[in-house]
Amino acid sequence: MKKSVFLGALTVAGLAAGASAAATLDDVKARGTLNCGVSTGLTGFSAPDANGVWQGFDVAFCRALAAAVLGDPNAVEFVPTTGQTRFTALSSNEIDVLARNTTWTFSRDNDLKFEFAGVNYYDGQGFIVPRELGVASAMELDGATVCIQTGTTTELNLADFFRVNDMEYEPVPIETNAEAQQQYLAGACDAYTTDASGLAATRATFENPEDHVILPEIISKEPLGPLVRHGDPEWGDIVRWTLQALIAAEEYGVTSANIEQMASEAGDNAEVNRLLGTEGELGAMIGLDSDWAQRAIAAGGNYGEIFENNIGESSPVGLARGLNAQYSNGGLIYALPFR
Amino acid sequence: MQQDNLRRTGGRHNGDQGETSKMSVMTDPPPERFRLSQLIYDSRYRSLTIQVVAMVLLVLALSWLVSNTIQNLAALGKDFNFGFLTQSAGYDINQRLIPYDNQMSHGRAALVGILNTILVAFLGCVTATIIGTIAGVLRLSKNWIVGRLMTVYVEAFRNVPLLLWIILIFAIVNESMPHPRDFGSGDVPMVFGSIAITRQGTWIPAPVFENLSGALFIVFAASLVAIALYRRWARKRQEATGQISPVFWVSLGLFVLPTVIAYFLLGMPVSLDYPEPGRFRFDGGLLIRNSLIALWLALSLYTGAFIAEIVRGGILAISKGQSEAAYALGLRPNRTMNLVILPQAMRVIVPPLISQFLNLTKNSSLAIAVGYMDARATLGGITINQTGRELEGMLLLGLFYLVLSLVISAVMNVYNNRVKLKER
Ligand SMILES: N[C@@H](CCC(=O)N[C@@H](CS)C(=O)NCC(=O)O)C(=O)O
Repeated sequence: MKKSVFLGALTVAGLAAGASAAATLDDVKARGTLNCGVSTGLTGFSAPDANGVWQGFDVAFCRALAAAVLGDPNAVEFVPTTGQTRFTALSSNEIDVLARNTTWTFSRDNDLKFEFAGVNYYDGQGFIVPRELGVASAMELDGATVCIQTGTTTELNLADFFRVNDMEYEPVPIETNAEAQQQYLAGACDAYTTDASGLAATRATFENPEDHVILPEIISKEPLGPLVRHGDPEWGDIVRWTLQALIAAEEYGVTSANIEQMASEAGDNAEVNRLLGTEGELGAMIGLDSDWAQRAIAAGGNYGEIFENNIGESSPVGLARGLNAQYSNGGLIYALPFR
Repeated sequence: MQQDNLRRTGGRHNGDQGETSKMSVMTDPPPERFRLSQLIYDSRYRSLTIQVVAMVLLVLALSWLVSNTIQNLAALGKDFNFGFLTQSAGYDINQRLIPYDNQMSHGRAALVGILNTILVAFLGCVTATIIGTIAGVLRLSKNWIVGRLMTVYVEAFRNVPLLLWIILIFAIVNESMPHPRDFGSGDVPMVFGSIAITRQGTWIPAPVFENLSGALFIVFAASLVAIALYRRWARKRQEATGQISPVFWVSLGLFVLPTVIAYFLLGMPVSLDYPEPGRFRFDGGLLIRNSLIALWLALSLYTGAFIAEIVRGGILAISKGQSEAAYALGLRPNRTMNLVILPQAMRVIVPPLISQFLNLTKNSSLAIAVGYMDARATLGGITINQTGRELEGMLLLGLFYLVLSLVISAVMNVYNNRVKLKER
């Protein structure tokens, strides 16, 4: 009798655990909000504005996803994560998706058991130094003190870079970008290193940005993108194709301005029709309705609009499209076919 | 009670037979048949029942936790193994007490972090005890200003969270000290020409040990033994003859002289490596990082405030009659404190002191706030993050703090047994 109670409890526990691991889509729908992991604050990528509303490139992706799944771009609970806490937050179901300048690497994909939904920003690691230091190249940094965010790929690249070039350095490990910025400006370190996009975003908030130079060397490849847990491929597909929808929309000229009109009836371009649900049943194949992509694009515009508004050349961060231009403009951004 | 119980059971047993049954129970209790309800209503069995139920619930809860973990790991496609400890860590650690580079294993990185934790805990415990004892004694001072000042110190540190103190001290050293580069240009002079206090840390001359320095250590160790022996001899003599020997000056002489003489005889085998301003920072010397300074100082001051209260309480616990009796015998206040009050106060002070040391050790994990690379930052931080081994890493980290705490308690208990009241 005792044994059967024990086994019964085990089964119940097992069922409960099993159920929470799969069907993220059902969880999100039942909850009515999307839990989206973002950074603790990086201007242009994810940071609360003066009114406490989260804004940025990564935030816009969360909103597009919430619009696709829940029909409301504001049905997002933003969960700030540091470089160290982000993966635990994702594997422990605290967040449904992580959109936090996270580099797609082999071990994160396979050892940490995550599923990257694609690349939304092709980046690389750089250095920033005060101009008065008189350093023109990263190769001159032998013996320098370098501020670095812990729990990042940057930390590993930095170790490799100095080892390979047979140079010495003193790492100053820091939890968040805001602290790193404060310590760098206070002179607790000679250089700060992170993704080049992050450097630009950080420098944009400096009082005197011209006093600091970003060194020419890019020492790594940092393909950044949103990711989900292993073990729920259906949810992974939704996230992947939401990103693809935003990229495809830019390619086909679907913008937040014309989307309403374009979605009102089927047009000449069959790809656009399938994307916007005026033709075919793509939405149903990923467990959503046929307007899912339409809502995602309407939330903050297509990929190009999101880029321009948050980190593009007209924004304070001022990043050029570069590698992140559409393939047709010489970049690496290339939407998969919607059919 | 037992009787009462029997009567009650008997009463219910036989319904309305009343007096007679009571009589019969009391004279010759008939063998009772065991019924299930007795497990709850009969105090002979009740406690056993409760224990069995609690045990079953505990086992169920534990097995639920374990099976839930196994299920979730399986759902994520993860296993449970410690193989990651032998893999190359790939990250650098700034403060290393043992040789380490980024090609060494995660296990080695964990060890570097563990030693850093032990270092700051040890430094913190020593300084906190010194600060606490001084503040505790001074708080009882007859001098109004001194007493009040100590009260302010104790209340300020006891009532503000430790984390704030760590961050505050870190911010102060970081923002207000000169930049290492300012020393190179000669804008700022070094303290004593050899110590540089900067916003990246404090550089001090580093001792360099040459071949014969081993002999020097032996001489030094021998003089420590000599001091201990002399003190024992002095105490014995005092007990036997009542004559007081000059303990302090002789100890000091034994401490300093033999080592100094040996140092010169051996041809100065220990030299100092002075920090020199370099391209970015200082070359040579020993760097004490601001993260260590801030953590060490904050832990010492914070825990010192609690220890001050413990010391004050311990002293106040000794009845006034003791010091009055000592004065009556003609002992001076100094001796009264050292020979009469403190030895007795120690019995009250030591047990709570142990838990303060344990608190300090565990609080050192707040190192995260200033980027001090302790065990939490290496094993429990970067390693977990790079390998995805949260469960294994956290278990190891928990185990480490547990073992460290148990060791501290064990050592302190040995001391406690020496000072505690021996009943003869
Ligand atoms: N791409 C790297 C680094 C990611 C990272 O930490 N980026 C910084 C600056 S680019 C950031 O987002 N910081 C925001 C924060 O501190 O919350 C990784 O995935 O490990």
